[in-house]
Amino acid sequence: MSQAAALIQFSGITKTYGRGQAAFQALKGIDLTVQAGDFVAVMGPSGSGKSTAMNILGCLDTPSGGSYLFEGVRVETLSRNDRALLRRHYLGFVFQGFNLLARTTALENVELPLIYRGEPRAARHAAARAALAQVGLAGWEHHTPAELSGGQQQRVAIARAIVTRPHVLLADEPTGNLDTRTSEEIMDLIVSLNRDQGITVLMVTHEPDMAAFARRVVRFVDGRVESDASNGEAG
Amino acid sequence: MLWNTLLLALRSIRRNLMRSFLTVLGIVIGVAAVITMVTLGKGATRSVTEQIASMGSNLVIVMPGQRFGPGAVPGAPFKNADAEAVRSQIAGARLVAPIVTQGATAVYQANNWSTVVTGSSDDYFEVGNWEIAAGRGFTEAEERAGKAVCVIGETVREKLFGRLHNPVGSEIRIRQFACEVIGLLKAKGQSSMGADQDDIVVMPLRTVQRRMSGSQDVSRLSISVKDSASIDAVKVQLAELLRERRKLDENEDDDFRVMDTRQIAETLTATTRILTMLLGAVAAVSLLVGGIGIMNIMLVSVTERTREIGIRLAIGALEREVLLQFLIEAVVLSSLGGLVGIALATAASIGLSSLMSLPYLFDPGINLLSFLFSAAIGVVFGYFPARRAAGLNPIDALRHE
Ligand SMILES: Nc1ncnc2c1ncn2[C@@H]1O[C@H](COP(=O)(O)OP(=O)(O)OP(=O)(O)O)[C@@H](O)[C@H]1O
Ligand SMILES: [Mg+2]
Repeated sequence: MSQAAALIQFSGITKTYGRGQAAFQALKGIDLTVQAGDFVAVMGPSGSGKSTAMNILGCLDTPSGGSYLFEGVRVETLSRNDRALLRRHYLGFVFQGFNLLARTTALENVELPLIYRGEPRAARHAAARAALAQVGLAGWEHHTPAELSGGQQQRVAIARAIVTRPHVLLADEPTGNLDTRTSEEIMDLIVSLNRDQGITVLMVTHEPDMAAFARRVVRFVDGRVESDASNGEAG
Repeated sequence: MLWNTLLLALRSIRRNLMRSFLTVLGIVIGVAAVITMVTLGKGATRSVTEQIASMGSNLVIVMPGQRFGPGAVPGAPFKNADAEAVRSQIAGARLVAPIVTQGATAVYQANNWSTVVTGSSDDYFEVGNWEIAAGRGFTEAEERAGKAVCVIGETVREKLFGRLHNPVGSEIRIRQFACEVIGLLKAKGQSSMGADQDDIVVMPLRTVQRRMSGSQDVSRLSISVKDSASIDAVKVQLAELLRERRKLDENEDDDFRVMDTRQIAETLTATTRILTMLLGAVAAVSLLVGGIGIMNIMLVSVTERTREIGIRLAIGALEREVLLQFLIEAVVLSSLGGLVGIALATAASIGLSSLMSLPYLFDPGINLLSFLFSAAIGVVFGYFPARRAAGLNPIDALRHE
């Protein structure tokens, strides 16, 4: 595979929180290349910088140094607005804490990204219903987060992330708040998104069981990539 | 973009119904209070100015008796000669109207109306700031002879003749005598005390004295002072003259009172000024309370709003879209509050004005001002916290605690 075809390319990405005496370097130079269609699990001990790296990947945060190429575009040269547009058109994010709008129905939560994309009402509703059906929530369109279980809320969040047909799905401990059974259902869903729709997936997890679903496992330790191996070789 | 953002703003209002309601309520209370208070204050001021104007300026009133305190001195009534003496001896007096009043029933055909008959001179009309709407006042001959002629007020005309009939030239009966209506007074309306000033029949003094009271008594003197003369000087001269004529010793108190309209006007104006200031203060407090309420609601919801903004940014909203949404939300809520406040204030002002018999004056200035002010409150408290959050990195907004 050629380097130019890479979907995501991190070179020497660093991130420092705070300044002066209190400064703390959470990422100490990350090199990471992800090809389109890959399924990468990010593992590592707590505080090793996994979330920090994911937030930079998802353009939710900016790195302190290094270079980030997304489909050949130098992300650090983009304006705030352009990064928002990148998120809008190419990225889907799933959080450990779901981050749904409270007191808002599943349908309205899922159609929100489409509203920002300016899609007409009918298309928006059809796409949102389809996404909800895809995550197994047909019939739950008019329930608010408070009326849904944790697993159902995470599915709504996944539906919201994929309704725009993003190139990359970034998931930071998507099953961190869920029990084993529900976690496996969510993982099956993510695997099928990767396999059937070709969405590139990057997922942070602490659980080897969950990481086993991925094709590749990247291990972070202390702000660096310690190992990067295809599943099976990782041991 | 605008349309979609409007949709999002309306959804947000619906979603946070309680917060929206409280915001609107805060603005409604503030706006309604300010407009109502200012409107009532203006009505009161207008009422006082009108009343002063209807009394006529440079007016001095002399009444027998001193009504101060428990040891009230009754004081004998004045006589016609007193009025003559004032007319001839007080240089600063321009017009002198001696007045005597008698209650009586006026009858015209099948209609009768119980009213007050005032006996005076033709000067009465000018001194009391009356305009003659139809007909004329008294001639000197009529006054000297005590002829049975009268000038009637609008209320008496309406009760006896109906709205459309011109009464001039008709004869009405007062007690046992017939009296020709020679003039009709222009309506003055209610006084600020609620009395109907137009319920009046005026006849020459001598007519009332001969045919009704049966004495030479005069119950008060209305004197209009020359512009060039000092009212205070005239009052002192009047007191001296009357003390002399009533043969009061030096150690005796006055058994009459001399008042001028300026005194009355000043008292009334001072009272209204204090009243208006008080109302203004109350309104300002309620506006402040409303503003603090809104600020409180907004500050409490800042955490939730910041997280919400983080979510919107994370899924690809532009900063300006988020800001526009919050701006629309703030403007919609505060305009709604402003409009409801104006409606409420209008209803309350009309109701309270009529209850207090004040004129209702719609004041577009204060309505506009309150509306703009309410919009500003909404924008300041609704928009600015949002602006801070929308400027954050999405992840920092999401992590906000
Ligand atoms: N906003 C922040 N300000 C200061 N320090 C931060 C901030 N976010 C993270 N850190 C620090 O950066 C380091 C890496 O944090 P990060 O959240 O990336 O860890 P993680 O690998 O995701 O851990 P976990 O598995 O517990 O989620 C930690 O030591 C953390 O304390
Ligand atoms: Mg983490």
